[in-house]
Amino acid sequence: MVKNLLFHLGRFVSWHGQIFRKPENWKMYYKETVRQMYDIGIGSFPLVFIISIFIGAVTAVQFYYQLSGTFIPPYYIGYIVRDMAIIELASTFTCIVLAGKIGSNMAAEIGGMRQKEHIDAMEIMGVNTAAYLVMPKIVAGFFMIPILVSTAMLVNIGGGYLSTVPTGIFLHADYIRGLRSFFIPYYVFMMYVKAFSFAYLLTSISCYQGYFVTGGSIELGAASTRAVVFSCIAIIVADYLIAVLLTAV
Amino acid sequence: MIRVKNIYKSFADTEVLKGIDFLFEAGKTNLIIGKSGAGKTVLLKLLVGLFKPTSGEIWYSDTNFLSLNKNQLRELRMDVGMLFQGNALFDSLTIEENIRFPLDMFTKDSIKDKRKVVDHCLERVELAGINDKFPSEISGGMQKRVGIARSIVLNPKYLFVDEPNSGLDPKTAIKIDELIKGITDEYNITTVINTHDMNSVMEIGENICLLDKGLVAWRGHMSEVLNTDNKTLENFIFASPFLKKLRNRALANPS
Repeated sequence: MVKNLLFHLGRFVSWHGQIFRKPENWKMYYKETVRQMYDIGIGSFPLVFIISIFIGAVTAVQFYYQLSGTFIPPYYIGYIVRDMAIIELASTFTCIVLAGKIGSNMAAEIGGMRQKEHIDAMEIMGVNTAAYLVMPKIVAGFFMIPILVSTAMLVNIGGGYLSTVPTGIFLHADYIRGLRSFFIPYYVFMMYVKAFSFAYLLTSISCYQGYFVTGGSIELGAASTRAVVFSCIAIIVADYLIAVLLTAV
Repeated sequence: MIRVKNIYKSFADTEVLKGIDFLFEAGKTNLIIGKSGAGKTVLLKLLVGLFKPTSGEIWYSDTNFLSLNKNQLRELRMDVGMLFQGNALFDSLTIEENIRFPLDMFTKDSIKDKRKVVDHCLERVELAGINDKFPSEISGGMQKRVGIARSIVLNPKYLFVDEPNSGLDPKTAIKIDELIKGITDEYNITTVINTHDMNSVMEIGENICLLDKGLVAWRGHMSEVLNTDNKTLENFIFASPFLKKLRNRALANPS
């Protein structure tokens, strides 16, 4: 198992030497990147929106329930929802959801191309397939995932508001006061560090699983599952490491 | 021309090719034939660099194929076209975009010039006017021809064809064979075809390499097949009682 892990780690690292090469034709790479940006950004927006609004709502309602009957003032709910969204939920939760959606999609797309000999055909034409098929996905993810995370953060906070203020749990002024209290801009920096790191991890791991797939449809399904599982594990581990690194005194 | 010298290829403990020597001649249709599992596809994939041999040499004219670095290999591949068994057409692109793909990637020609080249290639494979269709909208035989059109779009010096007639009716198969032969003659290409099809052997086999158990069991021209005394070739080509009877009749009555 350790030997297998080291083999994949070594191949994953050395594969990057093929990915980040000068494109044969910038225009083709640009077109492919834009297509990927559309798929990742616009394609994932509704899912991110729906999940984020409910996560924000649940956070607010749960904390209201936990804190009711204590001496903690109600406006703290706004502050808690905001900081939870910025520090953890928007980045980690969104990227785990995206690992399921775009990670499996990328692995299946590239793996399908491998099985239908499209990758071999491109190789024989002289195309650097690792670069052409993977680099645009990583670049697109690097641009679009932080935008989705930013959206998720705002929608989270909005969800918290919608679940508490219109329902009469507490006042508009309290929620806004909470949002404006104890704000630390450094947390936003942390959120973007996480967003960029997770974007890179989930796109590269998913593409790796698809690119080296062998066998038939069962193996392709397994590769797609591995893409999601390994991306999620990598995101959680990276989340911990970033938290340790960025909060170390 | 392509020359392979003493090629060995193993997968784990299984030795698939056991010392192949062969010259694939320029301007000819070179056929690799043999039973399933004889090593035909492995040899073809070695020739195009999708596999690496365990030992041996592959020479493209005066270039040692195996000593090329990645950039040199990519340059050489600009001279290579390949038709895959499953065509390997990109499903999400139209026929025109499929054929244009190598041009888009490697040339800076205007879109108008590229379209002219695409139209010429489509005319050459007798499929003019299907530019805007998708691969799923045309028949298997047409897909093969589109695959051929894509493989010749950059004017290659070497054309590799893997099982061109698999899944096609005899009439369409003959048409594909004629097309490949015609293109080989017209552009003086070194064409290497991996096939099971006996009709191809008898119609376009200008330089045949019969593989058996990882070795070259026979080499020669299609005209020599009928009179061969090579048992492996005999058993492979005239496998059915019907073909055996036909051959005996042809030998008894040459006129």
